[in-house]
Amino acid sequence: MHRYIIRRTLQFIPMLFLVTVVVFALAKAAPGDVLSGEMLDPNIPHEVLEERREALGLNDPLPVQYWSWLTSVAQGDFGNSMQYTGRSVMDLIQSRIMNTFYLSLFALGVTLAIAIPIGIYSATRKYSLFDYGATTFAFLGLATPNFFAALLAIWLLSFQFGWFPAQGSTSAIGLTGFELFIDKLRHLVLPGFTLGLASTAMYMRYMRTEILEIKGSDFIRTAQAKGLSNNSVLYKHTLRNALIPIITLLGVEFGLLLSGAVITENVFNYPGLGTLFLNSIQNRDYPVIMAINLILAVSILVGNLLADIFYAVVDPRIRYD
Amino acid sequence: METQVNQKVDTSVPSAKEEVEKSLSPFQLAMRRFLRNKLAIVGLIVLSFFVLVAIFADLIAPHSPTAHNLYNIDAKASSEHWLGTDSSGRDNFSRLVHGARISLTIGFFAMFFTVALGVLLGSLAGYYGKWVDGLIMRATDLMMILPFLLLILTIVAILESVTITLFITIIALTAWPNLTRIIRATFLSLREKEYVLGARSIGASDFRIIFKHFLPNAVGPIIVNATLMMATMIILESALSFIGFGIPQPTPTWGNMITEANSLRILENHWETWVPPGIAILMTVLAINFIGDGLRDAFDPKSNQ
Repeated sequence: MHRYIIRRTLQFIPMLFLVTVVVFALAKAAPGDVLSGEMLDPNIPHEVLEERREALGLNDPLPVQYWSWLTSVAQGDFGNSMQYTGRSVMDLIQSRIMNTFYLSLFALGVTLAIAIPIGIYSATRKYSLFDYGATTFAFLGLATPNFFAALLAIWLLSFQFGWFPAQGSTSAIGLTGFELFIDKLRHLVLPGFTLGLASTAMYMRYMRTEILEIKGSDFIRTAQAKGLSNNSVLYKHTLRNALIPIITLLGVEFGLLLSGAVITENVFNYPGLGTLFLNSIQNRDYPVIMAINLILAVSILVGNLLADIFYAVVDPRIRYD
Repeated sequence: METQVNQKVDTSVPSAKEEVEKSLSPFQLAMRRFLRNKLAIVGLIVLSFFVLVAIFADLIAPHSPTAHNLYNIDAKASSEHWLGTDSSGRDNFSRLVHGARISLTIGFFAMFFTVALGVLLGSLAGYYGKWVDGLIMRATDLMMILPFLLLILTIVAILESVTITLFITIIALTAWPNLTRIIRATFLSLREKEYVLGARSIGASDFRIIFKHFLPNAVGPIIVNATLMMATMIILESALSFIGFGIPQPTPTWGNMITEANSLRILENHWETWVPPGIAILMTVLAINFIGDGLRDAFDPKSNQ
C-alpha cells in the first residue's frame, strides 16, 4: 500500500517537470517578453531596455532562464500582466480562481447527484420506459455542445421564465452572509448545470453499464444464492464495486470541468479563470495565459494522483500490479 | 443469435451460394451486424442527408452565404429569407446550408489527420516497444495532462492568425493521444502471436508486418474511434468558432453562426438565427454517435450487453 503510493508519487515528479517545461516553451514561443509593454513608451530609450533585459537575465541561456522562471513560479510569482499594467498575474488569478473552483465543484456535485441515482435505477429496470428515457437524455446530453446548451438555458430559464439570473456571479453589491450565499448559488445554477451536462450524461451511461456488468458476476450470484435481499445485494455488493471506477474518474473529471469552464463561463459572463483566460487570449496577455495553463495542468496532475491513490485505498486489487 | 454461419443444420452438399456466405470475412460479418442495427441506420440516413446538403449547398441555398445587406438586418423569417437574416443582413438559411459544408469538412479532416497521427504513433509504440514505446507513452501522458482546450487556444494566440489548414493541424497535433493508446494496446496483444513470428521468420519487413498483419486486426477499433472522434471534432470546431478562435468570419460554420447569440438582444428575440445551427450540430453529432455505437457493437459483439 505505502509502496504503491510512494511509487505513484515518484511518477508524479517527472510529469510535473515536463509540464513546466512545456509551459515554459510555450511562453518562450510567444512573441514579446516582460518588457514588451514598456517598449511602446517612447521616453524609455532602447539601450535602457536592453540593459534591463540583461539585468533580468532575459539574455541568459535557456536552461538558466528556465531555472529562474521555475523558482519564481514556485513562489507564486508569475510576473506582471501585460494588459492590466501594474497588476501581478497572481493577483488577477487570485481574484478569479475561487469562482471557477465553486463552479466546477457545483457541476461535479450536480453530475454525481443526478448520474448515480439515475444510472442505478436504469440498470435495475433495464429496458423499461425510464431506462429508455434516461438513455435518450444521455445521448442528447452528449451530443449537445456545451455552449449551445448554455444559450438554450439562458433563453428558456432566464429570459422566458425568469427563474435564474443569466449573467455574472452576484447581482447586487452589499449582500452579506446567508443572502450573499443564496445569491451566489442562484448564479451558479445555470452555468453549473450546463457545465455538468455532458459529464452527467456520460456517468449515467457508465454507471448503468458498470452495474449491469457486475450483476452478471459470480459473487453476485453467490450473494443471491445465500438468500440476501435484492436491496442488500444491490447496495452492499453491486454498488460498492460499481462506484470504484466512477470515483477514480472524478479526479480526471474535475480537471476536464476546469477547462470546460472556459466556454461556459464565457457564455454566462461568469467572472472566473475561464473568462480571464479568454480575455487574456484576446489581448495576447501571455503571462496570464501561461500561468493559467500551468495552474490547470498541475491541478489535473494532482487530481490524477489523488484519484490513483484513492483507487488503491478502496480497491485492494490495484496495489499488487 | 449473431452467429448465423454456424447455425446451418442441413448437411446436404452446400450450394455455391452458401459457399460464398461461409467465406465472409470478419469485416463483412461486422458490416452485416451493423446493417441490422436500427439506430445506426437512422444515424446513417441523417448523416447522409447532411452530407448531401453540404455537397449541393450551392444549389440549395437561395442566397449567397456571405452577401451583406445592411438595409435588412435581423429580419424575421419570411418567404424571401426562410430563417430571417443575421446582424449583418446575411441570409441565415443559406449560411446554415453552407455551414454544413464547412463544419463537416473540418470535422472530417481534423478527425482524419488526428487518426493518422494517432495510428502512426500507436503503431510505432506497440510494434517496437522498448524506448520507442517509453518515449511515445510519456508524450501521451503529458498531452493528456495538458488542458486540451486551453492548449489549443494558447497555440492559436501564439500564432496570431488562423487559417483552416492551420486550424486542422493544431487540432491533430493536440488530439492524438487517445487513439495512440488504443492502437498500442491492440498491437501489444498481437506481438506475441505465432503468425507474427511466422511472418518474421520468412523475412517479412517491419513495414509489411505492421500493414499486412497488425493494422487489419486493429481496423475495428480504428473505425469505431475515428467515427466517434469526428463527432468530437465537429463539437470542438463549433465551440472554438463560437468563442471566435476557430474559423474566422465571414466563412459560415455552424459554430460561428451561433456567435450571433452572444448579443443578448439576438439571443432573446431572434431564435431563428442561433437555434437552427445548434440543432444541426446536435443532430449531426447524434447521428455520428449512433453510427459509432453501431460499429462498436458490430465489430465487438461481446460489448453488447
